Amino acid sequence: MIGAILQTSFRSLRRDRGAFVMSFVLPIGFFTIFGFVFGSMRGSSTPRVTVLLVDEDRTGASRALVQGLLREPSLDAMTHPKATKENPAPADYTTATAEAAVRSGVAPAALIIPAGFGANPIAFGPNSESGAQRATFEILHDSADPVAAQVVAGMLQKTVMMVLPATMATMGSQYFDREIGGLTPQQRRQMDQGLARLRKMQDEDAQPSAGAQQGQAAADDQSGMVAVHVRDVVGERKKSPMISYYAAGVGVMFLMFTASAAGGSLLDESESGALDRVLSARVTMTTLLAGKLIYCALLAFAQLTLMFLWAALVFHLDFFSHIPGFLVMTAITSFAVASFGMLLASLARTRGQLGAFSTLIILTMSALGGSMFPKFIMSDLMIRVGYFTFNSWAIEGYQKIFWRDEPIRSLGPEAAVLVTAGLAMFVMARWFARKWESV
Amino acid sequence: MIHGSAPGFAMLNSATVNPASSRVAPPPLQVESVVKRFGAVTAVAGVSLEIPAGACFGLLGPNGAGKSTLIRSIMGRVRPDSGSIRIFGAPVGSTSARADLGWVPQELAVYPLLTCRENLHAFGRYEGLSGKALEEAIAWCLDWAALADRAKSPVKTLSGGMKRRLNMAAGLIHRPRLVLLDEPTVGVDPQSRNRIFEMVEALRASGTTIIYTTHYMEEAERLCDSIAIIDHGEIIAQGTKDALVARSFGSRSSVTMHFGATRVDLAAWAARRGGSAQDSMVLCSVEKPAEIADWLDAASREGLEVLDVTLQRPNLESVFLHLTGKELRA
Repeated sequence: MIGAILQTSFRSLRRDRGAFVMSFVLPIGFFTIFGFVFGSMRGSSTPRVTVLLVDEDRTGASRALVQGLLREPSLDAMTHPKATKENPAPADYTTATAEAAVRSGVAPAALIIPAGFGANPIAFGPNSESGAQRATFEILHDSADPVAAQVVAGMLQKTVMMVLPATMATMGSQYFDREIGGLTPQQRRQMDQGLARLRKMQDEDAQPSAGAQQGQAAADDQSGMVAVHVRDVVGERKKSPMISYYAAGVGVMFLMFTASAAGGSLLDESESGALDRVLSARVTMTTLLAGKLIYCALLAFAQLTLMFLWAALVFHLDFFSHIPGFLVMTAITSFAVASFGMLLASLARTRGQLGAFSTLIILTMSALGGSMFPKFIMSDLMIRVGYFTFNSWAIEGYQKIFWRDEPIRSLGPEAAVLVTAGLAMFVMARWFARKWESV
Repeated sequence: MIHGSAPGFAMLNSATVNPASSRVAPPPLQVESVVKRFGAVTAVAGVSLEIPAGACFGLLGPNGAGKSTLIRSIMGRVRPDSGSIRIFGAPVGSTSARADLGWVPQELAVYPLLTCRENLHAFGRYEGLSGKALEEAIAWCLDWAALADRAKSPVKTLSGGMKRRLNMAAGLIHRPRLVLLDEPTVGVDPQSRNRIFEMVEALRASGTTIIYTTHYMEEAERLCDSIAIIDHGEIIAQGTKDALVARSFGSRSSVTMHFGATRVDLAAWAARRGGSAQDSMVLCSVEKPAEIADWLDAASREGLEVLDVTLQRPNLESVFLHLTGKELRA
């Protein structure tokens, strides 16, 4: 008896493709995405932090430090913007350009190596005991990424230790000389010879290595080898840095579910015969799809508006100062998501099939696009893959408006991508909808 | 109450008539040599039909006969491989043809969460109605379908019969001159069926041309003045009910006899006497009822045990069985 029940159940599962996909493909797919996001398949549990390097000191010590930071594997450090066709040899970052870059979201942090660093690079203990005023490093930070500054600060201390052996030894001997009472001439000669070797090694390390592009930042810390001050240059006056991120991220994810369900009304109408009746009236398939698209888009617009109003009410998101940008982003996001819903519905043959595949695609896009976990914990590869999702572009656009206070004209890339993708998907939906027309 | 001849309906019906065509008005439906194939299967094999204005035309056929494909071709939902279909002279799919043609599908093709009025409003808009014309059309439809008191009820709260009536009304919201009713009484109780008959009769009385498909012979006999039987994609018979019966059976009546168990070859015995046999049943026809006595005598001589004998005047069911070899409701 139980055998018959099992047999019937397995046969039904095998023939229900939607249930089959949900049972096996979806869990494996998600496990894989999480694996990539958290780096377990890359042998590294921490994604690289992008940091912009500004050398205001321009001494051998500072150059050695820059080279060390560029080689640091946990950092994606850059001394200048990437070369482009228009600007094949970009100038090195200055404090001003690096700050602007952090503000615009190029990197979550910039490290300023201060003038005077080479003259008195490290100290043991606080300034008053070192006998000289230490120059203080500054980390310019986008507080939307709470990890970056901490990682950069830690890697700075580590790199100083690793790449400045001669400086370390020199400063150590001076400390020893001052605190213990001086070396004998023979001890001093031997120490000078050793320091000379170390300086030679350090100078060799200071030569720029071709192609190296790595780096990192710090937190307010005066107790390490180097003094570090962290300054938030984005969101310094804002509360809850992730609220606008997740209002957009979660909003877009559920928008896609809504659009998929709304688009599915086409399948309901097809199954009930209402679609035949509508199409045999004076309604064309293009008109019908356009009507459904506008309905989905309006529904999505209302959902996102409610989401952001709720964020303003409960989490004090500064909604009312950003209404023009919000309207632009919400309009283009709603259009793109509605087209996506139309496309899914036109591809599916049954409601069950639509439910299964839309769940798979939407959850995957949401995981890759940043709706489920913030991008700063993702690897570079995953972030690049995420650019194939609506979520990523929508989140980026809303962050520009609500977090970076950028003007509406800065939404050009997001608008171009979302509108183009929306149009392309609507055209594809229309193409696939031919199955409902005359045969 | 059924108000098929309501002034508004008659007025709008007449409003759709092209004055230029009043002298030589094209027929409501003209089907010429329509062929439709799906892969290796020929669903419609060269059907030709012409339905006169004001007729109620029954289209009968067993499942898989090609009836649905022909109906969908008339609706413009299936493109024939060859042949042509014209609605009041206009090609199927044209704006004019769409305006003149109403379709009541077999499925309950209405929006279940909307009310009756909202459904009619939606389908009216789809047909291009608006403003006062739409409101008048909705009022007429609710009255015609006897749903005025349920206008604000969501469809899902209606009885099966009410849903059927709303389904019909939605197909007529634009007051078409030709209406295709595809099995409108499927799944309804006898009382609701009678109400639907009254609706169809009122529609016909108003001058609307109707194509009516059904699996119930008594419906076709009651409502249709001309009938076509389709099988294997072809029209195998067409005419009035009486003409079809006369063509198949002449003036004879059919006799059905059931026999008890026997070793006699019933098929051979029946064939010798001009009848046919299926298992223990023999079918034959007689000119006069008294001829049954000859069959009973012959059976007695063979030692056959007669269990029962039925004499029946041929009807559409008999014609259908005779022509297709299938029960219509099978």
